[in-house]
Amino acid sequence: MNTAQTRQHTMMLNMGPSHPAMHGIIRLVLELDGERVVNSDVEIGYLHRAFEKSSEQSGYLQVIPYTDRLNYVSPLINNMGYSMAVERLFGIKPTERCEYIRVIMSELSRVSDHLTCIGASAMELGAFTAFLYMIKARELLYQGIEMVTGARLTISYIRPGGVKADLPAEFEPHIRNAIKETRKILKECDKLLTRNRIFVDRLKGIGIISKEDALAYGITGPFLRSTGIDYDVRKNCPYSVYNRFDFDIPVGTTGDNYDRYLCRMEEMEQSLQIVEQALSSIPGGNLMVDTEGREIPAAMMVDLAKMGETEGLIQLEVDLDPTLQGGTRKYFDAVEAPEKRAVLPAKEDTYGNIEGLMQHFKLVMLGHGITPPAGEVYQAVEGGNGELGFFVVSDGSGRPYRVRVRPPCFPIMAALPLMINGGFLADIIPTFGSVNMIGGELDR
Amino acid sequence: MILEKIKEKFLDDVLETYEFRGDLVAVIRKEIICDLMEFLKTNPALDFNILMDLTAVDYLWQERIPRFDIVYHLYSLAKNHRLRVKASVDEKDPTIESLTGIWPIADWFEREVWDMFGIKFEGHPHLKRILMYQGFEGHPLRKDYPVTKRQPLIGPVN
Repeated sequence: MNTAQTRQHTMMLNMGPSHPAMHGIIRLVLELDGERVVNSDVEIGYLHRAFEKSSEQSGYLQVIPYTDRLNYVSPLINNMGYSMAVERLFGIKPTERCEYIRVIMSELSRVSDHLTCIGASAMELGAFTAFLYMIKARELLYQGIEMVTGARLTISYIRPGGVKADLPAEFEPHIRNAIKETRKILKECDKLLTRNRIFVDRLKGIGIISKEDALAYGITGPFLRSTGIDYDVRKNCPYSVYNRFDFDIPVGTTGDNYDRYLCRMEEMEQSLQIVEQALSSIPGGNLMVDTEGREIPAAMMVDLAKMGETEGLIQLEVDLDPTLQGGTRKYFDAVEAPEKRAVLPAKEDTYGNIEGLMQHFKLVMLGHGITPPAGEVYQAVEGGNGELGFFVVSDGSGRPYRVRVRPPCFPIMAALPLMINGGFLADIIPTFGSVNMIGGELDR
Repeated sequence: MILEKIKEKFLDDVLETYEFRGDLVAVIRKEIICDLMEFLKTNPALDFNILMDLTAVDYLWQERIPRFDIVYHLYSLAKNHRLRVKASVDEKDPTIESLTGIWPIADWFEREVWDMFGIKFEGHPHLKRILMYQGFEGHPLRKDYPVTKRQPLIGPVN
């Protein structure tokens, strides 16, 4: 045998941007030596839709529908992060009941996020049953979310100053039942997967990342926790009312795919516990606050003057601005009833009475919407994949001057070559599946 | 405490420090960015070990000179505190030192800022576009890039 004469050369392979086993459009340029990955390059940007540029073009409230489309598996968490950033610009705090509703909805989203991630990556490894079971559980949670928000994905439910609407009466029994069913399904999937020889062989010891690398790459979420670091925004920098609930942060030891799978499985159970605790301790009361932090009573839509309370209202001559560009804003404080709501009125009010219609019109017209004071805040929330940060800069006008999203997937994708280089080509599939890459937030 | 430590160490190179809504901010001269980051990362009392975010803001509409701010968000896992560092960069010389030697994640973040704002990071190993394609003209998040402008997609080069 004369091996010295055999020519050694590697092969270039494009994986993606459209590949059946890649959820999301992303291109991996691989250099292969046989089945081994020698080198790799990650190319992103195929789903870039100029979220940040579009956010600068319209008012603060019109950004919310765009945030739905960032991480489209858990849109409620994005809504919450953005709304909290705007609220902090105003320096206001939402009401107690609103905070609890936000926590419940975020945790339901987190569970549906993890269900999708594990289900899809199990399916790619051949475990189709687990995928169907998990999507069944997600469907039950989605039904609950739909009951409250009126939509399954493009929900725009959480807004600065409050939430769109209160929980309907049938929500609690439905969600309690859904939690019971989800637990049952998780148990079944646990039996199907956790000790399954094929599944374990494909995950264990694959896609390892060390603690040091994970920190250097700014990785957060289940990915960082699988390496043994218990960083979770909900525990480390508690926002909303998370410090009132009793829950644990699961951590792994080796930082491989199997640990990430176990972390996500346990996190779902912890999230379900938070939902249960929140449901049993949710206080009553008002839902929304105005831009000065005062609570708005639920039935407060009819003009006070109509009810005969004209005291304190001033009669003013106003020069109307024909362009309707907000030039008359300076008169508002003097003319209006002393209510400055930040949240769009319920659709029933918008279509049902003139005050609601006027409120809605004014909030969405250019120059008439809410105007936070000049300043900038960075608000982090725990998204499905890690720290989701919103950096909002205000120049004191009706539009955000700059909205920046720190997507949790972005650092993980930057570190992906560390995990796949040196491994087999087939091992990219479980590693990539455990990232739960969401193109919407990665490319914005 | 954090802001005092930075002022003590870097004196006049720290232009301004303030707190807004609980966020600590230090505005610095861009020349010291690498020294400052190295100091923030290695000083045991500060211990900022994670670069959470790196982005830029274009202040063209406010007619401010210098035009750009590079914004760094740092987090310390051990001390559980956060800090925002801002360094101004002017339009005439849109360059700043790269942090790739300190945090590898700065690689992708800086590529994004280059792509969106056209700010060059000196010492970056391969500063190329990340979200837009090669051959795209202009930097879309600059305030003077029209939002309605369209460019035909010519596809990636390679």
